[in-house]
Parts: sequence; C-alpha cells; structure tokens
Amino acid sequence: MNAFAGTVDRYAQTPRRVAWAGIVVGTLAFWLALPPVQARAPWVPIVVGLLAVACGIWALTRDVGRLAWGAVAVGLIGIGLGVLATRSSTGHLGSVVTWGSLIGSTLVWATPLAYAAVGGMVNERSGVVNIGLEGMMLAGAFFGCLGADKFGSWEMGLLIAAAGGAGFALLFAFFAIHLRADQIVGGTAINFLALGVTGYFFIQVYGQNGTPGDLPRIPNVNIGGLHEHTFFGDAIGHLNIMIWASFVLLIVAHVGLFHTPLGLRLRAVGEHPRAAETVGISVYATRYVAVTISGILAALGGAYLSIGFVGSFGENMTAGRGFIALAAVIFGNWRPFGAYAAAILFGASTALSFRLAVYSDAASVLFQALPYVLTLIAVAGVIGRSIPPAAVGRPYTKQ
Amino acid sequence: MTEPTNRDPVQGGQVEVDAPTQEPGGYAPSVAERLAFYQRAGGVVTPLITVILAFFAGGLVVLATGHNPLRTYQAVWAGTGLNWFFHVGNYHIDIPFTGHHVFFWWNTDTNGLAAYNLTQTLILTTTLILTGLAVAFAFRCGLFNIGGQGQYTAGAIVSVWVGSSWAHMSQGLHVFLAIALAMVAGAGLAAVAGFLKATVGAHEVITTIMLNWIAYWVGSFLFGRGGPLQNSADISVPISNDVTPSGKLPVLWGNSDLQALHVGFFIALGALVVFWLMLNRTTLGYQVRAVGYNPEAARYGGINVARNYVYAMAISGAFAGIGGAADILGWQYRLGVLDIQVSNIGFIGIAVALLGRNTAVGVGLAALLFGALVNGTSTRGLDASIFPPELAGNLTLMIQALVLLFVGADVLVLYIWQARRHLRLGRRPAAPARPEGTA
Repeated sequence: MNAFAGTVDRYAQTPRRVAWAGIVVGTLAFWLALPPVQARAPWVPIVVGLLAVACGIWALTRDVGRLAWGAVAVGLIGIGLGVLATRSSTGHLGSVVTWGSLIGSTLVWATPLAYAAVGGMVNERSGVVNIGLEGMMLAGAFFGCLGADKFGSWEMGLLIAAAGGAGFALLFAFFAIHLRADQIVGGTAINFLALGVTGYFFIQVYGQNGTPGDLPRIPNVNIGGLHEHTFFGDAIGHLNIMIWASFVLLIVAHVGLFHTPLGLRLRAVGEHPRAAETVGISVYATRYVAVTISGILAALGGAYLSIGFVGSFGENMTAGRGFIALAAVIFGNWRPFGAYAAAILFGASTALSFRLAVYSDAASVLFQALPYVLTLIAVAGVIGRSIPPAAVGRPYTKQ
Repeated sequence: MTEPTNRDPVQGGQVEVDAPTQEPGGYAPSVAERLAFYQRAGGVVTPLITVILAFFAGGLVVLATGHNPLRTYQAVWAGTGLNWFFHVGNYHIDIPFTGHHVFFWWNTDTNGLAAYNLTQTLILTTTLILTGLAVAFAFRCGLFNIGGQGQYTAGAIVSVWVGSSWAHMSQGLHVFLAIALAMVAGAGLAAVAGFLKATVGAHEVITTIMLNWIAYWVGSFLFGRGGPLQNSADISVPISNDVTPSGKLPVLWGNSDLQALHVGFFIALGALVVFWLMLNRTTLGYQVRAVGYNPEAARYGGINVARNYVYAMAISGAFAGIGGAADILGWQYRLGVLDIQVSNIGFIGIAVALLGRNTAVGVGLAALLFGALVNGTSTRGLDASIFPPELAGNLTLMIQALVLLFVGADVLVLYIWQARRHLRLGRRPAAPARPEGTA
C-alpha cells in the first residue's frame, strides 16, 4: 500500500507542483495590481494570470485534475480582479488595501469564528454534528456581558460565558447522546433556545437601555516599539489577548487531536464508535467531553465578540457567525489548521467587505455571501472533496 | 388525525416500531428514518405531551422571572384571537361582491379586537403551513430541508419583483405569474441541494444552511442601498418597490390597510390537500415515501433514488416559495432588507413539520398553534400591561426550542408513551414491543 502510494506520489509530484505554482502565480496577478507594487497597466495582471492558466492547463494534461482546475480558476479570477484594480482610482485602492490594518481587522473578525470553528471541529470529530454553535456563541456573548457587568471584571465575564456555553452544550449533549435525539433537530432547538433565553434575560436584566457603556473589556496587548501606521503596528501591535490565545488554542487543538492518546480516542469515537467501545473507550463520555469543549470554545468566541471587540450585547448579535464557523469546519476539512485557515479566510472576506463599501454599498453586502458560496463549492466537491468523520451525525447505542 | 401508516404499501401492512440500524461503516440511517420512528410511535398523544411540556417549561421561566404564568398565558390566548370563536351571538356576514348579508353566529367586524387578532393569527398560519410543508415533504423522502427560510426568501424576492413590475397586467394573470415564478425560485434553490445530494452526496443539511445565508445576503444586496431592485422613490431606504394593485391578492376578511386576511389562506389549505394527494395518490409520492423509508430498498425495487431526491427538494422549495409570495402579495406588499434579516418563519416551519408529524392534517394544526403563539406574543397581540411583549417574543422562541428538543428525542417520547401504556396495562395485555436497543 505504502509502496503504491509512493510510486503515485513520485509520478504525480511535478505536475502537482506546477499546479500549485499556477495558484501562486494567479494570486500574484492580482497582488501586482494592488499597493505597494500597484501596476497600473492592465497587461500586467493579464500576462501573469495567463501564465497561471497555462500552468493549470499543462497540469491538466498530466491528470492532476482538481488542483489544476484550481490553478486555472485562480488565474482567471486574478486577471479579472487585477484588471478591475487597475481601473480603480489609486485613492480608493489605497484606502481599501492597507495591508497592515487589513491583516489586523482580518484577525479581529476571524477570531470569534476561529474559536467556534475549532470547537465545532472537536465535536464533529467525536461524531456529533453541532448546528447549535450559533446558539452557544450567542450564549457566550450574553453571559460574557452579564458576568463582566455583575462581577466587574472581564475574567469573570469569560468564566461565566464559558459556563453558559457549557450549560447549553450539556443540554444538547444530553438530548443528542443519552436520549439519542436527532442531532440536527437538537442543534436547531439549541439555536432557538439560546436566542430566546439571551433575548429574554437581556430585556429582563437590562431593559431597553442595553448593556452599560462601562463594561469591563478584555484588554488588548500593546506591543511596545510597534507604532501605529506601520505595517507591523497595524497588523499585530494592538491585538486582543483573545486573538493571541487563539493561536495557542490552535496549537493545542492540533497537538491534542493528532499527537495524544486522548485525541486518538476522540477520533476513533467519531470514525467507528463500536470499535472504540470494544477496546474500552466510553463513547458517551468522550462525546460529552467533546460537546462540552465545543460549547465552551464557541462561548469564548461569542464573549470575545461582546466584551472583547464590540463592548456591548445586542439581541441576536452573532448574526449567523456560528454558521460561518460551521462552514469553516467543513471548508477546513475537519482539521484544526484547516478550520483556522478557513476562519481567517472568512474573517478576511468580512474585513474586506466593509472596506469595499467605498466602491459600492451593494457590492460590499453581496461580498458577505462569499463564505457560504465557497463552502457550497467545497461540499459540492469541485475543488477537493470534504470528507467528514465516518460516524458524524449518528447517535450511538450502547451494547 | 395522522396519516394511516398501517395501510402503507411500503410498510407491508404492519405498524412496526423498530430502531434504525446503527452499524458504522454500513448503511447509515437518515435523519428522516430516525424521526419516522418517532412518527410511528404514540399517535396524537405524543405531540400533545410535547406541547404541554414545552408550555409548562416556558411557564416556569415566566414564574422564575417574577411574572404570573397563568395571567401571562391568558393574555397570550387573548392575543391569539382564538377567543373569538367563544363569543357566539346574532350577527351577519356580507356575501362578497354583492350587497347582501346573511345571518352568522360570530361577529366578523375586524374593528373588534378578537376578530382582528384572529385575522393576524391566520395570516401567520397561512405562511407557516407552507413553510411547514416545505420541511415535511422533503422529510417524507428522507431529506431534512432546513433551507425553508432561504426558499421562502427566494419566493418573496421574486414575487415582490414580479408584483412591482408590469403594472398594466390584469390582476388574475399578474398574481398567478408572481406566485408561479416565486414557486419556481423556491424550487430552484432547493433543487440545488437535492441535486448535490443526488450527485455528489453532499449532506442536504449543510447545503441548505449555506443556501439560506446566500439567499439572505443576495436579498440584502438586491434591496439594499444601491442594490438593483431597491425602490426608485427614496434611495436612502433599503426597501423594494411596492407591489402594484394588480399584483395584490384579494382580501378575504378585514381592512387591507391594517393587514387583512388574504386569499392566500385558501392557497395554503389547498397546498395541504395537494401535499396529501401527491404523497398518497401519485406514483411520485409512492416513490418519495419509499425512498424516505429506506433508500437502499427503494433502489433495489427499481426506484431512481437520485431523481427522487431532486424532485422532493424541488417540491419542498416550491411550497416555501409560495409561502414567500403569499406574504408579499397578501399583506406585506413590499420587501425590505430588514424583513429579510429578521424573518425566521422558515425556521418555525421546522417545528411545525416535526410537531405535525409531517402529515397534512398535523402540519395544518401545528401551523395554527405556532401562528397563534407567535401572534399572541407579538407586540400587537399581547396586552403590554400584563406581560411585556418584548419578553414574550423570546418566550415564544423558547417554547419553540423546547418543542423541537422534545420532538427530536424519540427515546423520551417513547418513554412517556410507554408510561401511558403502563397505566392501561390492566386492560391491554400486550405491551408494545420495546424497540431493540432503547434499553
């Protein structure tokens, strides 16, 4: 088996590399038309883009398939966007594309998604589909506010948020695991429940005035020496603690999932629960832990949104971010780095959509559909199939 | 009230309560299959218990936050307008299109609060029947369509576009065209999910969620500021053009300036009949149900499973699309970005379908329940001096959520069902066979 794979690899290696090169060159076609290079002549992106398409077509003739199609697509998109960029005024381009602050705001928008996505990934890896991520995020956002307000510290806010998220997760887990309720129906119910509970208690506690303006906020980490309006200053000079913590979370999730016995057990339960139980792993306990972790992480993402970034709570403030996180799990192929990268991509699309408003309000609104379209394409299998854990969505009956 | 499953050809004339197989790596039971299990257990009683439990839990929340649950539910009841039926008297009703009126038991004057509230409840019921059917039909084919919201939005977008264009068309044709195209739009959006399921096996839950949000943002784009379908009168308002008079559905009951009940109500009732006929009296329906019970067996029996997935999703989407058109042409007459963004009527359709056990009569009754609940707890329906409507709206969400939670939990429902059987054990010697693996 290994020898076979090795042979295939050796033969496939070069065309695959060319296809990858095509993707990079296609991206370059667009990049060249943006600051700081900012080529103004339309032939620059066209020539570079055609080079990428050529790479893709060459790889296609060598049976690379999807990756090669990807190179062709990226090349064409690069030409299109590049030419558009050369047509747009330099002033607009400069205000939209300031790389430092674009990276900074990408991280800001990506972080809530990243927490929820890593949580959702853990929980799907254990064989439970969690449509309720949105609700758990919303619960985190509200209870984070409540905790920060009532105890007067953001640490307590995070703690209460985590407890709130864990509470919803445990309720979901009880129905999904013990009562073997359908996980999708249960998740939908959790979304409704969180919407109702947070809305109810928000009005009960804060009335029409909303959360107080002096909520304790999760602090930013100001790195000395990195000044504003420089590339690194804008990008990473003033990031929130939660953003830095999300990097740590990513590493922990990756190591935990792929390099520890616990992670192996978790994956075994998600792939083949009966086999896992046969060797003495408790399927129920593993799934309870995984769902609770996902609830806590989603809630931390929500709390970052409310007390880290916005500084207040509003009814239904997550507005579909839990579903983007779910999309990120799928788009990232159920892997920590993949899910995180997808969260960054979707965060970037949000950050960019706000900046695109200088061109047109309408375009910036339409741009927000991008994460969903990309995920639809990903599950449709056009660019590489997404393969979920084998037992995902199926309740397990103890023998 | 439920469809007689014991006469079902697919079931071989037996009501069998069997837990779906759980072999990993082998054949995966679909969502619908697992819920079909619930559907066959317990008759009318389990949905009733579900609802009572949910309302009870909601009452506990009301009590815990210092309000009186009994008085609250009384006020909600008054807000639903259903109390109208209990005020019988000597009134008369106008015969449409003539100057005559005849004796009637109830006062139909919508200046009265109860009658007005009832019209509002029925407006919501109309839409909920259609979005509920959208979930239910796919369900019978073993697909979980949670894209009812997106398909509803697609129908609303197309119907407001058609309804606000071509002002010189005759009313009948205009309305028909708007509804037909809305139906096509809903069907098309849902068919994408069906097609992806049939061809590459993409899970319909994931694809319909994505399509929901695509519809959400495309709608926000179309009617938003600078969008191609934004109204031509005031470009600072993100809203569509108004539906022309020829595109409006005729009013059935009430004053059209204050949102009257429109003939869409009969369209919804007709849709219930169509749903039943299609499922139980056509070849397509037979195939859809066969696939829903067991796709492998259906395939073995020579049914084209892939094609049925696409058809079932398209028909589901068509129901939701009509729902969108009914709201636009019936009482909304325009569609704003905010309308698209706050609407959750497609999601309530999930609760309607599951509580109504995916049968025509059940969906109708569940739609009436949720329509009444949503209207009874709305700012307009609920007496604000007894219970704040802002809280009550959220209470509705909680009750919905609890209904969904309990409906999804077949073991819990079975347990309650069997506890009931236990009480009657003296009279009924044979307790139902406990499904394998529920112990």
